[in-house]
Amino acid sequence: MQCDHCKDRPAAIHLTQIVNNSVTTVHLCEQCAEEKGVQTGASVAKFPLSDFLASMGKGAAKQLPPGGEGVRCSACGSTLQDFREAGRLGCASCYESFKPHLRDLLRRLHGSSQHVGQQYIPHGQDEGGPDSTLHALREQLRRAVEAEHFELAAELRDKIRVLE
Amino acid sequence: MTLDLDLIPDGGISWLDASGPDGNIVLSTRVRLARNLQGRVFTIRADEAMRERTLRDVIDASRHSRQLEGASLVRLDGLEGRDRQLLHERHLVSKELAGLEGETVRVAAALLTNGEVGVMVNEEDHLRLQGLKSGFALEDAYADVSQLDADLGGALPFAFHPEFGYLTSCPTNAGTGLRASVLIHLPGLVLTKEIAKVLQGLSQVGLTFRGLYGEGSEVVGNFFQLSNQTTLGKSEDDLLDHLSTMVRKVIEYEQEARYILQRDAPTVIADKVWRAYGLLRYARSLSFEETMNLLSGVRLGVGLNLISNLSVYTLNKLLVFTQPAHLAHMDARDVTDPDLPTVRAAYVRRLLEDDAARRS
Repeated sequence: MQCDHCKDRPAAIHLTQIVNNSVTTVHLCEQCAEEKGVQTGASVAKFPLSDFLASMGKGAAKQLPPGGEGVRCSACGSTLQDFREAGRLGCASCYESFKPHLRDLLRRLHGSSQHVGQQYIPHGQDEGGPDSTLHALREQLRRAVEAEHFELAAELRDKIRVLE
Repeated sequence: MTLDLDLIPDGGISWLDASGPDGNIVLSTRVRLARNLQGRVFTIRADEAMRERTLRDVIDASRHSRQLEGASLVRLDGLEGRDRQLLHERHLVSKELAGLEGETVRVAAALLTNGEVGVMVNEEDHLRLQGLKSGFALEDAYADVSQLDADLGGALPFAFHPEFGYLTSCPTNAGTGLRASVLIHLPGLVLTKEIAKVLQGLSQVGLTFRGLYGEGSEVVGNFFQLSNQTTLGKSEDDLLDHLSTMVRKVIEYEQEARYILQRDAPTVIADKVWRAYGLLRYARSLSFEETMNLLSGVRLGVGLNLISNLSVYTLNKLLVFTQPAHLAHMDARDVTDPDLPTVRAAYVRRLLEDDAARRS
């Protein structure tokens, strides 16, 4: 397929745009795409690395949806505004204090807010016997189903069966 | 206080031997886990007394870890700037812990290390557990750090949430707290101009790249750190498998690019490689960046078997010891010393001559 613009070089970029509710597809070669300001692999490489990283690292807080002003963490006293400015949370309890906001942010950052990795049994609870373990597992199962993590849910269901 | 490097087992650079899998293209593999202590404000909000307490608690807990038996403790706040920079150049501490970002080093910022495994204390998170291996060895590096996690997590109460997983100061690290990265040399992809496509492809599958020194650093000498971007919503094994599969693909692309270069432009490549070698062998003044770029050319030459009498070990050693703080430390100078380029060139000449003499 030839480039729609120069009609010479082979098209490498296939750009689909929605303008005024109609879909148009443009086929461009890399050179013309770059001239038209379409972001290609080549143009991405010219991005200063630090800007790119800033946009995903410390800038994470910028992706936080608006709202929640005035909410304060009950444990450390920091606010969502503090987080927006510093890009860092104050303490572990902030996750509970700002739960709806952070859940939203975590979904934007990671595509999910449900942890499915290693489970940590908090201190002092490891001697609670099978009942407390069962309780914890059932709670995790409920969350996994809610978050539509069915693989994890199946794993948890099996663990619960063994304990029961 | 001046840093006594002999106190760190292997100096933390056992990976230099290039003994690991794919050691020619992948220099080293690291895996880190971010952990925080329950019921304590995160480092950035903690006062000095609190940070000292965290450090004491981690030292106490380290007695439960066989991996940290005989580990050395380096307090970054007791070191001068040059030596903190040296530890950062050696990839043992982050730029943040070394206090090289902004104002000054944080009180009670410390590194507890046994060479291949270690813990940064009072980094952005209370603990950053890290495992480092030579070559492409994600599984081994994770196995190390996972054991350390189990031992320390048994002795210290880690902050954990049933939905969000391990809780971290920055939400970009929450969940597993795991960041795995491989330091990879990709001159073939850079020379064939395929690199941008490869890097863009990686970003579309949830991976990211950084420069030689990690977050916020520039790419020099065609070295890239490839790592997972997300930490939540996937298990540790899935994150590692995914990175591993993609790195394996990048290695294949790199090998293909090198094959094409040698097939289509053998004289151009041979000339580039030998010019780089010649400059390193005879130059009288070398900047850090020029050295990195020339070393990249020579490393490519060794990989293509154009240069057969030079060891990857010598190349790795040059890569580490020609960095500014390393040279300055070795020669008892300041990192800003205007004579460093001369010192660097002399050091490079000596190592290359020694290597050549051993082989003749």
